[in-house]
Amino acid sequence: MSVWFVPRDAAARSMGADAVAAALEARGETVVRNGSRGMLWMEPLVERADERHGPRVGWRNVTADAVDVALPDEQSEQYLGAVEEIDYLARQNRWIYERVGITDPVDPEDYVAHGGLTGLKNALAMSGSDVVQAVTDSGLRGRGGAGFPAGIKWRTVADQAPQPHVGESQSAPKHKYICVNADEGDSGTFADRMLMEGDPFCLLEGMTIAAHAVGADRGFVYLRSEYPDAIATLQAAIWIAREQGWLGHNILDSDLCFDVEIRVGAGSYVCGEETAMLESLEGRRGMVRAKPPLPAIKGLFGTPTVINNVLTIASVPSILARGAEAYAALGQNRSLGTQVFQLAGNIAQGGIVETAFGITARELVEDFGGGTRSGRPLRAVQIGGPLGAYLSADKLDVAMEYEALIAAGGMLGHGGVVLFDDTVNMAEQARFAMDFCVEESCGKCTPCRIGAVRGVETIDKIRAGKDVAANTELLRDLCDVMTQGSLCAMGGLTPNPVLSALNTFPEDFASPVIATG
Amino acid sequence: MSTAGYPQWHPDAAQTLIAPIVASAPGPVLLCLQAVQSHFGYVPADAVGLVADACNVSRADVHGVVTFYADLRDAPPPAIPVRLCAAEACQAVGGRQLKADWTALCQSDTALAALTGTDEPIFCLGNCALGPAALVDGELLGCADVRRLQDAVIRAQAAGESA
Repeated sequence: MSVWFVPRDAAARSMGADAVAAALEARGETVVRNGSRGMLWMEPLVERADERHGPRVGWRNVTADAVDVALPDEQSEQYLGAVEEIDYLARQNRWIYERVGITDPVDPEDYVAHGGLTGLKNALAMSGSDVVQAVTDSGLRGRGGAGFPAGIKWRTVADQAPQPHVGESQSAPKHKYICVNADEGDSGTFADRMLMEGDPFCLLEGMTIAAHAVGADRGFVYLRSEYPDAIATLQAAIWIAREQGWLGHNILDSDLCFDVEIRVGAGSYVCGEETAMLESLEGRRGMVRAKPPLPAIKGLFGTPTVINNVLTIASVPSILARGAEAYAALGQNRSLGTQVFQLAGNIAQGGIVETAFGITARELVEDFGGGTRSGRPLRAVQIGGPLGAYLSADKLDVAMEYEALIAAGGMLGHGGVVLFDDTVNMAEQARFAMDFCVEESCGKCTPCRIGAVRGVETIDKIRAGKDVAANTELLRDLCDVMTQGSLCAMGGLTPNPVLSALNTFPEDFASPVIATG
Repeated sequence: MSTAGYPQWHPDAAQTLIAPIVASAPGPVLLCLQAVQSHFGYVPADAVGLVADACNVSRADVHGVVTFYADLRDAPPPAIPVRLCAAEACQAVGGRQLKADWTALCQSDTALAALTGTDEPIFCLGNCALGPAALVDGELLGCADVRRLQDAVIRAQAAGESA
């Protein structure tokens, strides 16, 4: 009996996937709500297989009112043929995303049937220290943006003794924690969200492996409130994992005891900074902490804490399943393994591209992305979120890896790539970068709190044609102060988009225009 | 402004909500405030002292948390909140124009404005390949335009009436 697949991913739902699923069910079809394949311009992308795990054919951009006409018409323009042979997918190398789009995200049998738990089982057969070594050998670095080697961070936590919460006596219960940063606030990024909605067990498995590796007893996922579907799916997965014995006491009949809970954010971008996240997890204002002490030594409630991004942790199960060596064979230089790139903004074919580091920005933008959605000439690309630099369309031959991007004046960040066509006003974008910092600064350090406000004012003066030369110099000076003097990346990196806009697109600052905002 | 079906503020109800949180979770202030807001739709001024007492911290500490987080509101929400993504990926596909168009529509249609509130910008809904993105009473929209926003408001109204 044929089975239909209609994604439950928020992006697919935002284009009407629920109504499509309902229309198919009304017709008496068997419908599985899978994750999204990540070819988001095709959503809702509906697939059909002759049997549950058989090969699938697909239709793109299906609407509920056309279900009866278009499905299963293989002559229709929406018909895609075999989904996995679509170039966009076939050219990827999926590790983290190996199951996303294929499985029912909250079906534990489906998870195991597609290789789930292999990494955890392998890890549990090893000592914690050997697991840390495997992660170190894989070359895995933090996917949140900083790119710190995950194995070194894990080793630091593994070497600490568990501690009671700060302020409690030494006889109080002692802990180490695994905190997953799922506060994916960067515009143009959605890989954490799609992973949590499309394969939440993978994240939980990664956290459990981390717990075994470093000796942690409890995990938190700090998940932003803007992602209600991810919260619901991950929560459902946690309940199921407990029933399955994948979380809780004696996981998979081992000695490991570990449980996970979600903490929902409250609309603050800066809480994606790891120390601000800890403050928020402790229930306070998300004010950045000075480092040291490192969170690996004194983290959540003063205990040794692993803090990793969703994608970092979700890389771990496949590394343990397929081997650190195989992972480290991918990528180039000091950027090893795969990265989940996210193509967004004014793009014809936006979505998820997981591939080895080293692909060029141009390949992502042109070969995968197909250029702008508007069809107008591409003018600028912002890589790495709101704190990333704007690159001009002729600077896209840079390799997508940590060091090469920094050398090109950019940064990898969380792997988001946002396209702008030639209608963009780069002075307006520079102003927005400062204004965003005004909105989201935690306020702890002066360069960020005050500098951003002065930055907006100064850009407004430049755009209004007031003392342009002097104010431009002042803006550069201010950016220097913010870069050098801020406590964290919020103030320290806000000058990236501002200065890159100013340096690369000076013509946009020259003409007097009325400020908007 | 409508309170969108949320119960009226009542200190005893709030106390019942937050007591188990305080008893079980370390660092409970934000969790308590989130619980109060999800039940009553906002964090009334009276809740600040109540949470402070329950968590054994000062009112200033709790006030500090309430005012830090954009999500925590000190007034009831509109019946059908409409929020437009104001971040870069949506700017790249006409997010600013959509905001201007929607604002103009709300200025000419006071009933719509009362129903949906003034758009409080939201920075990224994670739908960055299908922008402009918007959230209408919890429903995520991709490729949003004024027409799709209006349709979503009507759907939300219908759902509210049938509930």
